[in-house]
Amino acid sequence: MRRRTLLASTAASTFLVPFGARVVSAAPPPEQITPALIEAAKKEGKVSYYTAMDLSVAEPMARAFEAKYPGIKVAVERTGSERLFNRIAQEVASKIYRVDVANSADAAHFLPWKRQGWLQPFVTVDIAENVPAEQRDPDGTWVNQRTHLSAIAYNTSLVKPEDAPKGFKDLLDPKYAAKMVKAHPGYSGTIMTATQQLAQALGWEYFEKLAKQKVLQVQSATEPPKKIEAGERAIAVDGSDYLFWMAKERGAPIQVVHAVEGTPLITNPMAVFKAAPNPNAARLLVAWIMSAEGQQFIVDLSGQYPANKLIKAKAGRPALASIKTFKEDPALVEKQADEIKARYAKIFKV
Amino acid sequence: MTRSLDLSRPILLAVAALLAVMIVLPVGWLVVYSLSDKEGAATLGNFATLFTDPTFVDPLITTLIIAVSVSLLCCLIAAPLGWLVSRTDMPLRRSVRTLVMASLVTPPFVGAIAWEMLAAPNSGLLNQLWRSISGMPADEALLDIYSLQGLIFVIACYTFPYVFILVANALDRMPGELEDASSMLGAKTWDTARRITVPLALPTLLAGALVSFLQAMNLFGSPAILAIPAGFHTLTTRIWSLFQFPPKPELAAAASLPLLVLTILLLRAQARALGRRGYAVLGGKYGEPRLIRLGLLKWPAVALAMIVLAMPLFLPYAALFNSAFSRVASRIVSFETATLHNFRFTFLELSSTMPALKNTFLLASSSATLGALLALLIAYIVARKAVTGHKVLGFLATAPLAIPGIVLGVGLFLAYTRPPLTLYGTLWILLIAFVTIELPVAYQQLSSAFHAVHPELEEAGRMLGASRLRTLADITAPLLRSAVIATWCFVFVAVIRELSAAVILFTSDTKVLSVLIFDLKESGDVGAIAVLSLTMVAITTLVVAAANRLSGTRLQARPVS
Repeated sequence: MRRRTLLASTAASTFLVPFGARVVSAAPPPEQITPALIEAAKKEGKVSYYTAMDLSVAEPMARAFEAKYPGIKVAVERTGSERLFNRIAQEVASKIYRVDVANSADAAHFLPWKRQGWLQPFVTVDIAENVPAEQRDPDGTWVNQRTHLSAIAYNTSLVKPEDAPKGFKDLLDPKYAAKMVKAHPGYSGTIMTATQQLAQALGWEYFEKLAKQKVLQVQSATEPPKKIEAGERAIAVDGSDYLFWMAKERGAPIQVVHAVEGTPLITNPMAVFKAAPNPNAARLLVAWIMSAEGQQFIVDLSGQYPANKLIKAKAGRPALASIKTFKEDPALVEKQADEIKARYAKIFKV
Repeated sequence: MTRSLDLSRPILLAVAALLAVMIVLPVGWLVVYSLSDKEGAATLGNFATLFTDPTFVDPLITTLIIAVSVSLLCCLIAAPLGWLVSRTDMPLRRSVRTLVMASLVTPPFVGAIAWEMLAAPNSGLLNQLWRSISGMPADEALLDIYSLQGLIFVIACYTFPYVFILVANALDRMPGELEDASSMLGAKTWDTARRITVPLALPTLLAGALVSFLQAMNLFGSPAILAIPAGFHTLTTRIWSLFQFPPKPELAAAASLPLLVLTILLLRAQARALGRRGYAVLGGKYGEPRLIRLGLLKWPAVALAMIVLAMPLFLPYAALFNSAFSRVASRIVSFETATLHNFRFTFLELSSTMPALKNTFLLASSSATLGALLALLIAYIVARKAVTGHKVLGFLATAPLAIPGIVLGVGLFLAYTRPPLTLYGTLWILLIAFVTIELPVAYQQLSSAFHAVHPELEEAGRMLGASRLRTLADITAPLLRSAVIATWCFVFVAVIRELSAAVILFTSDTKVLSVLIFDLKESGDVGAIAVLSLTMVAITTLVVAAANRLSGTRLQARPVS
């Protein structure tokens, strides 16, 4: 499925809306977790959850859900968001319906999915009342599960704090050559989103200069944290910030840097698929993850920023409001995604 | 005498049709796609892109550099080692031979991951060790695995055994008289080696060079793991990248064809090289080759053999064990720091582990069974010239040798994501891929076994009124038992380690162990990879051991791409 044809079909569907018609939210009424839903979900007995979240968080979360609702197995299908997007497109094109709930670090993915009518609107009371309006679809097809950042970080046993970079432009200093690791926007939604924000803020010349720094190119945004913890490289240009923090809290010599230019911000929406083979278990999973309990679980384990307002961010982590972040623009990411991948591949040769 | 109902003609047709589905259809679609543009109109544009766009030309050149270097390196290592093992009184030579064969159980991509643990410039265990011995500063490194040289080295580690086996076997069979004659005529030991042994072994070495060239050219796993972090592509990883969003199957098809054509050409060259081997062996029975006494040189020789074995075997497994029990792969575990965290995570938390193990087992055993049966049937028809047209079957059964795994993957993807046979997303498409990839070896093994069974036995059965199939089942098959078991195991092992076709054809429901390991590699979950790789190798070793016991024959190794 190509984005160009997707755009064409949107144009067509907007055309069909009668001129001047009031746009009414198509969101269904908010639901609660009812015994009937639990019963129906248990009958299905399983749910497949496609996500880009690191396995060290996604799998324990799945096990916590299983403990709460015995008899429902969660199959976690984890890969980079861009891979997930490709996988789902290929599966749907071949009429393979396996995904129940998809959770991507590239918020742009939910735009074509919604337009093509692949998403099942579903809203819980938690979502309607406690998730800020800008973090959920007015039509109820998707909701942000959690927010994280793509941060710079360094290994403190390899770089002294006074020698550490303060921002992205510092990374172009020759003294950091061959010392950096970076993830790939063709694989990772976190990095796709971050690349769009950085290219917008600093221009593509920034990446052209960065590519001359002999950067170790890995795929997932979850890998730079592991590479600098292992000491393979001293500095991570990007990567999922919660993993840097988790490693630091485990005792690894890691320091997170919030760049002076700004830090890319990544929301992680989640949606139930219309063709879900386990529609009830899918809704139960989403309802639980968005409930105070599910959100608290994610925060306690990983310290990502919760979407549910009732839950406080993890103690010891900087408040999201105190960090200078870039602005996320999914519509722009969608428009530029293919170009970003092509340009990036050209600049970094892979 | 009335002719009893004989099913051989329908069977011939069925087998031919099956082979067509497996081989002709995917390759056909590959050609069609390579000549089409996005809208399906005929064009040569894909090939123009292929040979002008630097994002294709560079990988093409890189691939050739890798293939040539690996090929040379393999010969350089395998020839002396094969000679030491086959022709000298080097201590431990039998164990060395077994261990080189054993190193083939390691899937090349697992070897690449293990070498990353050993020789990543900063965190690699060997580099750390070197720094602590030599006092080299922290930001310098002795070895850098993320480089063209690193990749060449790792591919050679898991390719030289094929050359070694060819060379050692050829030297085993070489008549001793020629060398005796030479030494009787007064030549010194080394002169004999230089003037007689080396020239006689040369064609085999050439064949070995071609095999390793092919292997290096068509390999996907190792370059995917080492080349991409280093910032370059090989042709196989580039083809694979064309399947990422937005997929470009036309270009992937076009990029696959050079691999296909080169492979066919090289296989022909190899057949020629091996065909010339005949001139060495003329007439009569040969004496056992004489073992050359190394004298005091035997100690450096055995040391050299151990160093060579450390590269594909001792060092990588040490690294895998270390990271299996370690929280961070770059740290050496001790009894105090050893943890079962990775085992717990892999077997209790990771939800893909069990489905992947199940799929892998199901596919390996069914491919092995189907592959062995099909190969048996074809080998029988061809060996006994059972029906007219048997030669076509023999050709078709060996044809997949010329199709690299990743190319077959692309072809099958194109052929079976459309009606009438929409097999994509099922285990069937993987089954077809694996049986196709393994069929040539299965066929070659069984067809040589057939030549050892005398046709009289079958003719007796036929004369007593049994149909062909009945004869095959009651008489021939039992006689071939050990060959069939060996073939079965062979396919089983090869399927477990297959990555290049699987990585194109899998869907989330049909993930196999090799793909799971690859997925985990992309997110850097090294601990789980170590655990899964060791599990995989343990299973493989058990199966090979069981097979050796059951069949009483040694399994022979051969290349897998």
